[in-house]
Amino acid sequence: MKKKQRITMIIIQIFLILGAVIMIMPLLWMLLTSLKTVTESTAMNPFHFLPSSLHWENFATVIKQNDFPRLYLNTFAMMALRVFCAVLFSAMAGYAFARLDFPGKKLGFGLVLFQMMVPVQIFIIPQYLMIDKLGMRNTIFALLFPGLVSAFGTFLLRQFFMGLPKELEESATLDGCNIGQTFFKIMLPLTKSGLVALSIFTALFSFKDLMWPMIVNTKTDAATLSSALAKISSAYSVDYPQLMAASVLAITPMLILYILFQRQFIEGIATSGGKL
Amino acid sequence: MANSRKNKTPITRRQWNEYRWAWFMIAPTMIGLLVLNIIPIFQTLYLSFFKSGAFGKGNIFVGLDNYKTMFADQQVWFAVRNTLVYTLGVVPVTIALALLAAVLLNGKVRGKSIYRTIYFIPMIAAPAAVTMVWKWLYNNQYGLINHLLQKIGIGRINWIDDPNVAMISIIIIGVWSSFGYSMVLLLAGLQEIPRDYYEASNIDGASPVRQFFSITLPLVSPTLFFVLVTSIITAMQVFDVIYMMIDVTSPSYDSTVSLVYLFYNNSFKYSNKGYGSAIVMLLLAIIMIITVIQNKLQDKWVNYM
Repeated sequence: MKKKQRITMIIIQIFLILGAVIMIMPLLWMLLTSLKTVTESTAMNPFHFLPSSLHWENFATVIKQNDFPRLYLNTFAMMALRVFCAVLFSAMAGYAFARLDFPGKKLGFGLVLFQMMVPVQIFIIPQYLMIDKLGMRNTIFALLFPGLVSAFGTFLLRQFFMGLPKELEESATLDGCNIGQTFFKIMLPLTKSGLVALSIFTALFSFKDLMWPMIVNTKTDAATLSSALAKISSAYSVDYPQLMAASVLAITPMLILYILFQRQFIEGIATSGGKL
Repeated sequence: MANSRKNKTPITRRQWNEYRWAWFMIAPTMIGLLVLNIIPIFQTLYLSFFKSGAFGKGNIFVGLDNYKTMFADQQVWFAVRNTLVYTLGVVPVTIALALLAAVLLNGKVRGKSIYRTIYFIPMIAAPAAVTMVWKWLYNNQYGLINHLLQKIGIGRINWIDDPNVAMISIIIIGVWSSFGYSMVLLLAGLQEIPRDYYEASNIDGASPVRQFFSITLPLVSPTLFFVLVTSIITAMQVFDVIYMMIDVTSPSYDSTVSLVYLFYNNSFKYSNKGYGSAIVMLLLAIIMIITVIQNKLQDKWVNYM
């Protein structure tokens, strides 16, 4: 029995390692290619798995040709503003829907649920036309625009507020707090894990978004990492080391955030799914 | 408190206070939802009855013409087929693999958290970057995959430009990218199953396979249903990977173009927003039908405790 268990364990480990290799390999190949010369990257015989020496100049070229500092700035501004708006407005609305009584509550929450059921592409043309009419194309505000409010965030944070005990508010009222103070000073700090989950979710999905920045910010200096990559991809379609260098540059910031906060990332995604 | 108005008792000052706070707190979200989402739904529907005027001419009302064109447009049917093929390819494979990995990682395995961390990595990479490296791996002449295939004597496969293969290549990327997300959710679901159930069935001498089917699967079914629903809806909206990999001029375009890609091309590349709107209404209709079917089937196999 003992021996049989050990063999099963070894087989399981082999499967898991194989899985890990498959998940990592493309990203590793991205990094390795980014450090090669074009000749090395396309040499078949002899085949170069590893670069002969590290050609960091690919990165230098790509950064210079595409103004990466600007792309980072645009992407981070978009992510930060979307997270700020989603968290602030969703926490307020989520609290009201979870804990207050008011006329129009059912209708309002119905609209939140309705928004979540509809594919997002249905909003894109009118949103684009609005930004166009406002003369706001190629701005940071345009990148933020669809994320000004979040139906998903409202739903998620409502769930978190509903899980808190009622006594908290009662004692706060006795202490003379008004509703705003109760929300801000007492209830909000208690939903920290929900706020973190929503922040991660919002940051990740705005970072990955491709279609909206591509449509609304067509100028190179207003692009995000994702939308710039789409342009770079068609511009130098043969120079794979440079393309891979650009890709490495585009995924690194999120990768660093992930390595630093992996527990929050994974738990955030798990709870935001579990709460729905 | 909530019923006081219906009972015709006058509204107290405290209630008014509560209403005012609540309206103030939901106001940003409600205004935003109306302007950004609810009104746009009707605008898209409205636009789908117009032909977008070129060069400063206004939109021309064409009635149901966009829809008539759409149902006669072969490419739309290709896109419907491709979107469904992609969904049917990605979702079951991803969920099966994710469930397998989650079950393995839920047991007593060494290095659990390291595996979990690694499997989730593709989820945090931008699809634009991910597709670039896969395109490079799939490269016909210089790609790593074809190099390895030649070494073991299978020979080259034209992963991108062969219309019969391209969809498979895209499905592989789809599985690779979404696997981690499903696994993390399923693992969280598995961790909520009380250990006692397994201990009790161990005493009864149940095999691990038997345990999986009579304890794990029924108890994780709510999570499984959630993962299934979100995966299907996400897969139906596939765009990034196909856009980055398959150019409009590629021989594989017809066998890979998805509804959202076609929507994008018509609305923003060819600037025919009316036709684009009609395509997105079709997508909405298909997603609604799938959602209704899912909810009907839900009672048959989902086990809410």
